[in-house]
Amino acid sequence: MTLEQVLFGFFALVAVVSAVMMITGKNPVVSALFLVLNFGALSGTYVLLRAQFIAVVQIIVYAGAIMVLFLFVLMLLRPDREQSYFKDKPQMKLLAIIVGVLMLAQIAYAVLSTTTGKVAEEASRIETGTIENIGRELYTTYLLPFEAIAFVLLTATLGALVLSKKKLD
Amino acid sequence: MIPLEYYLILSAFLFVTGVTGVITRRNAIVVFMSIELMLNAANLTFVAYSSFFGDVVGQLFVFFVMAVAAAEVAIGLAIIIALFRNKETINIDEINILKW
Amino acid sequence: MDFNLSDITGYLPLVILAAVVLISLVIEMYIKSAPKILPWLTVISFLGLSYQSLLTIGKPGSFFNNMLATGGHVNIFWFLFNFGGAVVALITIDYLKKTEIYHGEYYILLQSSVLGMMLIAGAKDLIMVFVGLELMSLTFYILAGFARKRLFSNEAALKYFLLGAFATGFIVYGLALIYGSSQTLNIDKLYEHFTFESKNIVGIIGLFLFFAGFAFKIASVPFHMWVPDVYQGAPTSTTALMSTVGKAAAFSALIIVVSPAFGKEKATEILTPLVATFATLSMVYGSITAIMQTDIKRMLAYSSIVHAGYMLIGLAAGNKEGIDGVIFYLIAYSFMNLGAFGLISVLEGKEEKNLAISDYTGLGSKYPVLAGLLALFMFSLTGIPPFAAFFGKYYVFMAAIRADLLWLAIVGIAASAISLYFYLRVVVVMYFGKDESKFEVTSSNPALTGIIVSALLVILMGVLPGSIIDLIAKF
Repeated sequence: MTLEQVLFGFFALVAVVSAVMMITGKNPVVSALFLVLNFGALSGTYVLLRAQFIAVVQIIVYAGAIMVLFLFVLMLLRPDREQSYFKDKPQMKLLAIIVGVLMLAQIAYAVLSTTTGKVAEEASRIETGTIENIGRELYTTYLLPFEAIAFVLLTATLGALVLSKKKLD
Repeated sequence: MIPLEYYLILSAFLFVTGVTGVITRRNAIVVFMSIELMLNAANLTFVAYSSFFGDVVGQLFVFFVMAVAAAEVAIGLAIIIALFRNKETINIDEINILKW
Repeated sequence: MDFNLSDITGYLPLVILAAVVLISLVIEMYIKSAPKILPWLTVISFLGLSYQSLLTIGKPGSFFNNMLATGGHVNIFWFLFNFGGAVVALITIDYLKKTEIYHGEYYILLQSSVLGMMLIAGAKDLIMVFVGLELMSLTFYILAGFARKRLFSNEAALKYFLLGAFATGFIVYGLALIYGSSQTLNIDKLYEHFTFESKNIVGIIGLFLFFAGFAFKIASVPFHMWVPDVYQGAPTSTTALMSTVGKAAAFSALIIVVSPAFGKEKATEILTPLVATFATLSMVYGSITAIMQTDIKRMLAYSSIVHAGYMLIGLAAGNKEGIDGVIFYLIAYSFMNLGAFGLISVLEGKEEKNLAISDYTGLGSKYPVLAGLLALFMFSLTGIPPFAAFFGKYYVFMAAIRADLLWLAIVGIAASAISLYFYLRVVVVMYFGKDESKFEVTSSNPALTGIIVSALLVILMGVLPGSIIDLIAKF
């Protein structure tokens, strides 16, 4: 086994376990922490995929900014602990899990039966994910969506303010 | 080298887990976190394909998804706070003056 | 990247609207009389932009390294979004004052949502579709929760948000799978290697997920659960916005992305049954459930589901006539619904009262003008000949018949027959019910202007359907 395989196995295992723990956890704060762990593991797989920039941004934006916001609101609202996962409406949940497994089987079948297109050379794979390359594309070809995303963020700021500020005058 | 299929099946698992979470959980914030998990699963698919094609577009899309997710979180949590101020609950089952 | 100043006329509406958003932000922040300036700035810029969109309709072009297309159908959609936005702004002016939720941000958000819609309609790349869709959806979530002191509005916003974000998850995952099978996100090149054979099953699943996500956005059964609650709970002016131009924007994305797939081999075996199923379910379920509604906003919500079904017929037909019919229908439907919701917002009492259909009893003798207009919109929504929706349905059904989908057209006609009941019930209550209501109608000249303009457009499209469909079909 190469180091890459070992690392992939490790990250995949952490991602899978933390995802399951996240949706079954009783305490929302613990769920949020498992989600952080999940994002961390995904960032590891991004490195294995030679997507360095995305791996770093994953940690900074998702684990750093987004999850902090989640935890902040959770601490602010202090939701009650919930019952353990299967206590409330177990049949319903079992059904949802069965549907989920079927969906997974379907996608997995699809993925396995599809022939993959071209596979790039190792050198060009590394070249693809560099900050330099992504930045160049972002400011040339994808300039318009980049500007548009600025408006999305502006709108979000405005909206968060309008909806949750205590006194608005 | 790890085959592409491994990554895709990992991401499919995470996506389905997220969907199951959205359907079964009752706490609005946990439902929302499950949606974040779904988005991340999609991101993993994008990065995997992008890396195997040697094509940067997939990774750019992930960049945009992240920006949108950040905006979505800000708005979603603001909505939850506004609701909590009026009703003191974030349990979806109790949010029912309108009949779903 | 080549930058050519003469190109700018093509995408000028986008630039101006973006500038207006930023200027409005500054006005709201620093100028005392902003409550007087902002609404009219919004109305005037929307009207100007809709005119500008029509001016450059005959000049197709693609800009920003093939990210944005203009001309033709894109400009028709731009006209619809901007003109619809202007009508919404007119309705909003007095409604926000009446319900005491005025904040200048409403207009800024309205402008950004129209900006998002314009980006969707002009998209040449799936990244643009995604970013535009999110810009539009995020503003809708905020606008639905805009009456933040009212529990109804909070609830509507939360439901809309959670389900909308869920749908976004499906769309993004679908896009990822499509990317995996096509190796590109450029819409022109998307279907070059795409096949409907079992070796491309990943791409097909991706397309299905994408369609399911958008079925949510256009309010089609089985992804309709949010519609009645959100339409009822959100402020009426917001409902007017998202049920009309918002739906049109989501449809424009379907037209751009899904309809080219119909050109592929075997598409009619896989894609047509899928779209036809959604259409049938929406028409049947929507029209049967609408009969049981007592709240007029809920009734119109189910009616909106039924209309989404009619429009999906045009998409299922998969031919050019179908697409043209859908665009005609979208314009007709938008203005009928804008008018209807505008009237509801005028008739609505302060604390969201007077929203039950039975409250409209005897309106005909008390306010003959308002009642007459409402009756006009109800007749038009039913699809009675001299008004716009009749021709919308006609074009869509004809396209279906031409595509060998006669049964779908028959289901559509049956659903129209059922819908006669719940639309005309409003008219019957208004004119033949005993007068016992104590209405407090706030007179609002801007809103009335918007409503009358919508009514004129509905009549115009009913009288001259040929020239309008010719204009649409030319591109």
